[in-house]
Amino acid sequence: MRIVFKTDYMQDIRPWKDGYQLSLYMILLAAVIAAPWWLDDFYLGELTNVLIWAIAGLGLMILTGHTGQASLGHAAFLAVGCYANVALIEAGVPFLIAFPVAGLLTGIAGVTVAIPALRLHGIYLAIFTLALSVLMDDIIVLAEPITGGVAGKYLGGVDILGLTVDRWGTPELFFWLVLAVAVLVTLGYINLLRTPLGRSFIAVRDSEVSAQAMGVDISRTKTISFALSCAVTGWAGALMGMYAGAFNNETFNVLISIQLLMMIVIGGLGSIHGAFLGAIVIGFLPQFLSISKEYVGAVFGGSTVAIPGLEFGIFGIILIAFILFEPMGMYGRWLKIRTWFELFPFYRKDMFKRQKSYLKTERLR
Amino acid sequence: MSLLEFENVTLKFGGLTAVDDLSFSVEEGEVFAIVGPNGAGKSTVFNLISRFYDPFAGQIRFDGHDLLAVKPSDVAAFGVARTFQNIELFEHATVLQNLLVGRHRHRQTNLLQNILFTRAARKQELENREKVEEIIDFLDLQAFRDKMISGLPYGVRKVVEVARALATDPKLLLLDEPASGLSVEETTDMRWWIDDIRRQMGITVLMVEHDMGLVSGVSDRVLAMADGAMLALGTPSEVQSHPAVVEAYLGKAS
Repeated sequence: MRIVFKTDYMQDIRPWKDGYQLSLYMILLAAVIAAPWWLDDFYLGELTNVLIWAIAGLGLMILTGHTGQASLGHAAFLAVGCYANVALIEAGVPFLIAFPVAGLLTGIAGVTVAIPALRLHGIYLAIFTLALSVLMDDIIVLAEPITGGVAGKYLGGVDILGLTVDRWGTPELFFWLVLAVAVLVTLGYINLLRTPLGRSFIAVRDSEVSAQAMGVDISRTKTISFALSCAVTGWAGALMGMYAGAFNNETFNVLISIQLLMMIVIGGLGSIHGAFLGAIVIGFLPQFLSISKEYVGAVFGGSTVAIPGLEFGIFGIILIAFILFEPMGMYGRWLKIRTWFELFPFYRKDMFKRQKSYLKTERLR
Repeated sequence: MSLLEFENVTLKFGGLTAVDDLSFSVEEGEVFAIVGPNGAGKSTVFNLISRFYDPFAGQIRFDGHDLLAVKPSDVAAFGVARTFQNIELFEHATVLQNLLVGRHRHRQTNLLQNILFTRAARKQELENREKVEEIIDFLDLQAFRDKMISGLPYGVRKVVEVARALATDPKLLLLDEPASGLSVEETTDMRWWIDDIRRQMGITVLMVEHDMGLVSGVSDRVLAMADGAMLALGTPSEVQSHPAVVEAYLGKAS
């Protein structure tokens, strides 16, 4: 059992609890930075994919996990980020400028969406954003001069300070680029959560009425949340485009939106860890399925032809299981396991059980 | 000049008149209680001050400012803090985070400073924490500092809500039924706290309360309401023996 004695307010303000926790995260970071040396190219590519999904998950987590605004339209913002990045690079803007600007443009797109979305709550907001995701397909086709329409676009390597970063040619450089973005976004996210802005997001999520009474401007807070969320998602989209190489109107479809939302629910809503854990599930599930399918085929002698919808079916079952048995997601489960070890043998079964909440007044919605 | 002034305020929901031509004023430094049977419009008065409703007619002034001219979220900036009848805390956050949201109106950093956690943001966080700790000490919440609200018992939540309101550093504190659902001991504690809030912190308190023991124990003046209109205004004993108040609660003597 590890007890941290607090003698200074900075101990609560710092992102890490103590030196032990910090060193664990540093070891993890070092191991991930060194991944190109201990992983082959295939798994390095998969890990890159997981990190890109994690960045997108962080983007959606800001909006859904911390501000409580469900969005089924984040694939649209992935697309905006991706096409903005490509368009800028094709216009001759160097990547190091094009990439941040792509995120910024997506953030602005997010604000324009946020303004009509401000009045919508819960399921209505989800439907509104779902429509956005469906519309994006047509918008990409119509905006052919920029997006290449149905034929799509192709983005090979990009130049960063004289180095060619290419998903296929130099996978380790691309991996480090994605990792750098992921780390920076995560650090920004951590800072957000320990300052007034992040707390105002949580306030809006849990009770708009009292947030307002505490002086939090609801519309402004939601708009900022949309902007930040979309900017991060835009960066993920830009990286996704570079990872895929070729993309068209069907790359960022509605299913991606749904998958994103499912991912953060499985990972654990309202936690940074949740985005990463969810991304690991999303990223490795298809590989895990195809490997186990081969294995099952070898043992039982069945055919190894693809079963349509298998991936989504299994994904759906996992999601339902999580909502039924572990609404706090994988991160919530991890917290319980960790507490069990930390308190051994004093863990009680109902330690994380929530009290039934009292009647929630919806009068001001 | 009074701290809070209601001048001929009327609020109608369709055909129902929730607040009917109500005028009263709360002086700086007093504890002012509003009593009345259910549906009298007491909480509606609070919601009018919080700007959740727009009055049909009348004026509401606070500390010389016209409250009706500002957005709901700007009322807190004048120094008005409140609690809610059906506890409205941020459930999935810790007590500390809840209280820190109370410091929201004092923030001086912008988005970029927040995301980069600059020196100014760090300084502000330390200051906020210091202020919040004072309130934690004042209301004896030390044991619950890092607990999630969703796991706290009702009585503690009530206190946390008062603490969060105090964290905004208000001039006027609105308490909507601070003692409802509390045990006798907890109500006694609340009574002393309200007294201390007024005496030590110099905060004016306006409260809605049904517990007449608490009301007569702490308040300087009491306003009795029924059906949105004023019945009586005066010291607790004056109001309790006022014939119109007795009639509203017990009915007319035959």
